[in-house]
Amino acid sequence: MAEQVTEPRQDSKAEPEAPLRRPIAARRHMGDAVPERAEYVFELDGVTASYHGKAAVRDISLRIARNDITALIGPSGCGKSTLIRCLNRMNDLIPGASVEGKVLYHGQDLYADGVDAVEVRKLIGMVFQKPNPFPKSIYDNIAFGPRVLGMKDDLEDRVEQALRHAALWDEVKDRLKTNAFTMSGGQQQRLCIARCLAVNPDAILMDEPCSALDPISTGKIEDLMLELKKEYSIVIVTHNMQQAGRVSDRTAFLMVELDAQEKHRTGRLVEFDETEKIFTNPTDQRTEEYVTGKVG
Amino acid sequence: MSASWTARAKDLGFRALLLGCVGLCVLLLGLLLVDIVRDGAGQLSFDFLNSFASTNAGQAGVEAALTGTLWLMGICAVFIVPVGVASAIYLEEYADSTKWWNRLIEVNIQNLAAVPSIVYGILGLAFLVRGPLSLGNVVLAGGLTLGLLVLPVVIIAGREAIRAVPPSIREGSLALGATKWQTIWKQVLPASIPGIATGVILALSRAIGETAPLIVVGAATFIAFNPEGLDSQFTALPIQIFDWISRPSNDVNNYKPLAAGGILVLMILLMAMNAVAIWLRNRYERKW
Repeated sequence: MAEQVTEPRQDSKAEPEAPLRRPIAARRHMGDAVPERAEYVFELDGVTASYHGKAAVRDISLRIARNDITALIGPSGCGKSTLIRCLNRMNDLIPGASVEGKVLYHGQDLYADGVDAVEVRKLIGMVFQKPNPFPKSIYDNIAFGPRVLGMKDDLEDRVEQALRHAALWDEVKDRLKTNAFTMSGGQQQRLCIARCLAVNPDAILMDEPCSALDPISTGKIEDLMLELKKEYSIVIVTHNMQQAGRVSDRTAFLMVELDAQEKHRTGRLVEFDETEKIFTNPTDQRTEEYVTGKVG
Repeated sequence: MSASWTARAKDLGFRALLLGCVGLCVLLLGLLLVDIVRDGAGQLSFDFLNSFASTNAGQAGVEAALTGTLWLMGICAVFIVPVGVASAIYLEEYADSTKWWNRLIEVNIQNLAAVPSIVYGILGLAFLVRGPLSLGNVVLAGGLTLGLLVLPVVIIAGREAIRAVPPSIREGSLALGATKWQTIWKQVLPASIPGIATGVILALSRAIGETAPLIVVGAATFIAFNPEGLDSQFTALPIQIFDWISRPSNDVNNYKPLAAGGILVLMILLMAMNAVAIWLRNRYERKW
């Protein structure tokens, strides 16, 4: 069943092994005078993502540091979601989507020939806007990832660890076999986070994870994120500027550029800096207007 | 406010008209049912189900026809479930609908669902009974012919069931690093089984009443044994009913009640299948 014509992979010099290696957790260059956050999970260089040839975001360059929470903020339609979906190649699934420029993940180009999107997504997890638990039991929701990736040893332990990590274990330990749809919205979203943790990713992408949740559930997810950043690198898209201010270390502000002739909206990166600076002393006039609520 | 009198009269008149139409349908159906039950209820007995056809109307029964129908349904199901589900998966998950050949397949499947059943009978005769496969007029050929007939129904129902699984489920699975096939096999298919099963049952309940294609592929009208294998000759309930109706009755051998009894057996089977389909649909109906 040919979905796409892919070139045979083990023909020439290309390594037959997975081209993506799991980065070593503590690869710090101690001793060298390396500034803080010298290590980057993602380095984007001139990234333009288009749908059917029309750019949704244009020429984005930024570097996302390890163990940071990096927030992408901006008005609706500025391409935040498009941009975050470039980071684990979820855009591949949308017909007509294409990405130009370089997206480096620990120095490896995610869009290079021979990089398998499935391998990318094993390392870079994603949490979506609307909680999307599978129509299965709580246990099977978590166990699905490890099962399909062949991590079948100590599955029960793995499920428990993931649920504990997502601060959900105490709430669900007595009803692991019940359907995930019986949970509240906030619990469902934490289940989706736990599901993502169960396959032991390196980075986690969150696309407006709290937009469908009440303030209490939102607070729980934010606490969880602050806990998770000790071990994972997190990129979050959010509409909510207070949320970006509360949880993120760095913030990228994107803005819509309207092309008068073509009437086409394209997202551009306006400013990327420490969150504190973005919210208190931004360099760009447009950023200031947005974070102070004058526009947007 | 003054115009409301005529408006209300129109409204009332229209309602009465619609109700009348519904009433007419139900009334006709009811009359038919009452007539058949009156003729055939006396026939329904263990002996009736357990006797073969006979020239002596008093001893005749539907055993060969009933087992023949069950064999046909079994063969039909074994054929349509894998082929229909696989086709539905291809068309929903893999086929690129911007390509002309995929659109051609789609339009053709819609059209095939509306082709008269006798045409499938001729197809079965030419390709299964004689011609390339030359199976002969056996129960396997009959079951496969019925399978071809209802395959479009299964494909269409399967596609609808697969399409009803929200994209967020696929995204969630793919984002975990599952492959496309793992996503389809472990998420999409399990979530669409109730819809697919409903479609299969409805397809079978269309097949169970088909007479014309079976006559063309050579179902026997008078048989006094059950099918013993895929290569046995066979008859089926609709054929048996047709045979009984077409025989001249007299005081000694009255076949009319036999036909009515056969219709009742067929109808009970059909209603049971539809009941299972409805139960499945309600039981597993999901709100996403």
